[in-house]
Amino acid sequence: MITAIARRVASGAIVLWAAATAAYLALLAAPGDIVDAIVGDGADTPQIRSQIIAEWNLDRPAVVQYLDYLLRAAQGDLGRSYLLQRPVRDVIGEQIPPTLQLAAAAAVFGMVLALILAVTTRHRWVRRVSSTAELIIVSTPPFLIGIVLLSVFSFRLGLFPVSGDRGWAALVLPAVTLGLPIAGVLAQVLRDGLDRALDEPFAVTARARGLTERAVLTRHALRHALMPAVTLLGWLSGVLIGGSVIIEQVFGRPGLGQVTLQAVSNGDMPVVLAVVVLAAAAFVVINTAADLAYLAIDPRLRRS
Amino acid sequence: MIEVENLRVTFTGRHRVEAVRGVSLTIGEGECVAIVGESGSGKSVTARSLVGLAGPHARVEAGTFTVDGRDVRGFAARDWRRLRGRFAGLILQDALVSLDPLRTVGAEIGEVLQAHGIGDRRDRPQRVHRLLTDVHVPEPERRARQYPHQLSGGLRQRALIASAIAGAPRLLIADEPTTALDATVQAQILKLLAERRAGGETLLLISHDLAVVSKLADRVLVMKDGRIVEGGGTRTILAGAAHPYTKELVAAARGRRRGTTAEPGGVVAEATALRKVYGDRTVVRDVDLTIRRGEIVGLVGESGSGKTTVAQLLFGLTEPTSGRVRFEGADFSGVPERARRPIRRRLQLIAQDPLSAFDPRWTVRRIVGEALPRGENPEPVLQRVGLGADVLDRYPRQLSGGQRQRVAVARAVAPRPSLIICDEPVSALDVSVQAQVLDLLAQIREDDGTALLFISHDLGVIRDLADRVLVMHDGRVVEQGPVKAVLDHAGHEYTRALLDAVPTLEVSL
Amino acid sequence: MSLALPRPASRRWSPRLPRPGLTLAGIVLGLAAAAVLWPSVFAGDPLAADPLHVLEGPSAAHWFGTDQLGRDVFGRVVHGARHSLSIGVAATAIAAGAGILLGLLAGLTHRVADEALSRGFDALAAFPLVLLALLFIAIAGTGTTSLIVAIGIATTPHYARVVRAQTLVVRRAPYVTHAVAFGTSRTRLVLRHVLPNVLGPIPVLAMIGLGEAVLIAAGLSFLGLGPQPPSPEWGAMLSEGRGYLHLAWWASVLPGCAVTATVISLTVTGRHLQNRFEGRNQ
Repeated sequence: MITAIARRVASGAIVLWAAATAAYLALLAAPGDIVDAIVGDGADTPQIRSQIIAEWNLDRPAVVQYLDYLLRAAQGDLGRSYLLQRPVRDVIGEQIPPTLQLAAAAAVFGMVLALILAVTTRHRWVRRVSSTAELIIVSTPPFLIGIVLLSVFSFRLGLFPVSGDRGWAALVLPAVTLGLPIAGVLAQVLRDGLDRALDEPFAVTARARGLTERAVLTRHALRHALMPAVTLLGWLSGVLIGGSVIIEQVFGRPGLGQVTLQAVSNGDMPVVLAVVVLAAAAFVVINTAADLAYLAIDPRLRRS
Repeated sequence: MIEVENLRVTFTGRHRVEAVRGVSLTIGEGECVAIVGESGSGKSVTARSLVGLAGPHARVEAGTFTVDGRDVRGFAARDWRRLRGRFAGLILQDALVSLDPLRTVGAEIGEVLQAHGIGDRRDRPQRVHRLLTDVHVPEPERRARQYPHQLSGGLRQRALIASAIAGAPRLLIADEPTTALDATVQAQILKLLAERRAGGETLLLISHDLAVVSKLADRVLVMKDGRIVEGGGTRTILAGAAHPYTKELVAAARGRRRGTTAEPGGVVAEATALRKVYGDRTVVRDVDLTIRRGEIVGLVGESGSGKTTVAQLLFGLTEPTSGRVRFEGADFSGVPERARRPIRRRLQLIAQDPLSAFDPRWTVRRIVGEALPRGENPEPVLQRVGLGADVLDRYPRQLSGGQRQRVAVARAVAPRPSLIICDEPVSALDVSVQAQVLDLLAQIREDDGTALLFISHDLGVIRDLADRVLVMHDGRVVEQGPVKAVLDHAGHEYTRALLDAVPTLEVSL
Repeated sequence: MSLALPRPASRRWSPRLPRPGLTLAGIVLGLAAAAVLWPSVFAGDPLAADPLHVLEGPSAAHWFGTDQLGRDVFGRVVHGARHSLSIGVAATAIAAGAGILLGLLAGLTHRVADEALSRGFDALAAFPLVLLALLFIAIAGTGTTSLIVAIGIATTPHYARVVRAQTLVVRRAPYVTHAVAFGTSRTRLVLRHVLPNVLGPIPVLAMIGLGEAVLIAAGLSFLGLGPQPPSPEWGAMLSEGRGYLHLAWWASVLPGCAVTATVISLTVTGRHLQNRFEGRNQ
């Protein structure tokens, strides 16, 4: 067990290192001088240029530059945004809570909805209607869902605020918009998993014991159906992070997405790099959770 | 107990399948009835219909259908559930997948008690332990806490039986209860079923293997294409089957020696002191093996005995850790693949699953054509294995199991090899088809003088075909010699255990 | 004896949409193709502004209404097909091409190279697609070309992983063992067995992938990172029309529906072909 945890931590560290290195290489690959890339669209004065050279050790050998960058990143020092004239850590730090709120609400909404859909719509036309709706949701750009929800619930019915992040009411539409595609994909995967599990010999055995169909579903099939869904947790983290960029734009919510978008449009590389490393960290955390979930569900994997 | 007349089960769906077409059967209290048939004969569907588990898209109709004295034709799901587990218990083939792999054995057995409200929550663990003891599982407390994958095949199957008898049903339906098991374990499970029977339970056995059921059944019903073609007392059926299909099954179960009078020729292949180690596991230990021209050598052992690894070593798929293989007088191990290529065609292979042995995108013409000199017509070779030109442009998936294995034989025979390695070539086939393929292999040896290394877990098949036999256990050859000598006067205790476990027709003539 | 349970053929691969859905999907794809090839046949100039008819609702003259500059939304959607779909096709071509190469490389080389490459695919595949594309655009700048390359890189692991997995399956398949029995050389093995069996499913996969690429492209254009106004790109149109949502829903919602219809049609058709393909090879 301890070696398993150690292995997880080590592989997580490797992923983070790879992400940081890739981001650094991307910075080197950017056209033009590194200093230009770091300045971006910010004020470009000789003082700032020399400040950048000092901060990034650009007057030292390349190896030192890279190692120093890694060392600073490991200590949580993500550099300075010259465009915003603030440390990157502060810029990003204050945007994490609203995005985390949105992501958590969307994830919970999506997973619960998917579970309800997969378990309750098992037969005939309900199943058909539900899977068609899931397909449509999955194939629709999330911003379109957001726009439709906005125009119906905010502009027409006036139930929710149009933008901002004040209060729970402002969280409802963004979370639903981000959660719907998640529910669509998860519901499909869960339903397929249930179908497959209910066809397995152990389901026949369970029925032969006199169990109700519902008991076979909840006590046996559901756990099996969860396995492929857990595999999607990594994908889920991607959808949450990537999706929040778009959703925050649609609903005018502050958050990491907005910061990222601005940084990309203005060429504020230090912020972009930091977001990349942060996303990698989120990925590591979620994947570790997924691995633990596997172990909890399937005893066959618990062999040490 | 059960009376069914003119049972019909039809699967509706995109493809309409009439699985059972008018089956009538009665099962009396305390009887043991067997339904025997090949895959697709409708035997399993018939058995499952008796507890209302024919499947989600099945339409079940019958003239009379009484279970335990009640007409079940108008049964709702609730009514069926009360019968299941309480009146009838179901035992399926492979406990690894027939018990929920994500739950402990104890939870699976306890579920029956819970579903039917037997005992209260607190004394359920004791009941589970008692049930496990009833089916002779040692250390029931520990086993109940384990998951199916942590038990051996035999213990697993016993646990499955324990879950089937937990509700103290009067009828046990066992659907291929021993098929996935090694011969020695199979014998133990059959003994356990006989014990249940002696204890007063009624037994319905479903099997493809007439020999297996002949030990237990009072009556045998033979099914083919959804109909019962013949039925009667086990003794009567075995002694004087009337229907040609039954005769075929009886003949296949009884076995037929396919020997030769020709003397073996020079050495074709030779393995000396073969040893194969994977990591810290020694899979093959000091195996010596000589195969002569025109000889059929049987290699028998249970799963994990190392017999397949020996085949891979001989075929040059993997290098031995030590020891060497010589083929047609040349070194075949310890040389680069390039050196083997010129004589590769002289050594061919027939595998258990013919479907995966063919490139799914190739037609039969191309598959057999690859084995022939460029431009040669594949038809004569196909004719030799009993196939017509009509299969030439079909894909493997469009052929029946028997046809596929014939194509595999054709491909192996086409380059006129001196040795063919056959790895369980008939295990995946129905018994009547098995006999045909064995005939074919014997014929090829007779005609071409090709040597065969015949690998099987089935001593019966080896007895019918091989001249010499090697018995493998734990990576070692524990016994070898002429088939008759080894099988009639087995020296090693493992061989004797294997022999005892082989199901044979109980009625000798 | 396999574990043969009575399993009617229809159960496993239940179609996502009833048959009419498949037909509909075909029609939509046909229309989309026509719009890409001959947009002018169906609609007039997508850039012609008409200040007198601004933000008018759908009518006989303007099926999808007009936008804030009085441009015909239907005409812009039809002309937009060429922009949006060509971005998707180009990105998919890059992704499939690179994916096949890298996947084969991983599947056919030694363990160390395979391990390194597949770890790379895994990390890349797990990384948020949009973020990956954003990173690329941050470096290469905005514009259609960098949008295409960004999506291409971000979706490469999708194909690479399938190709690698399939390569390994085929390499270990019993029929390859049998080919060894005929003295077939390694190169011939790869050419005759591995390549055809590995590449077979790629076109269908690319079809489903195209839907995904179109979806991401629309998202990035919506963020203003793709073709710049006044190009009639579907995502960009949505972004432009969003400001007038309270006045004219059609200017943003209808281009969005074009994206949805295209993506659904690609997915449904692709999955249908996939099911047929898998059914055939089972």
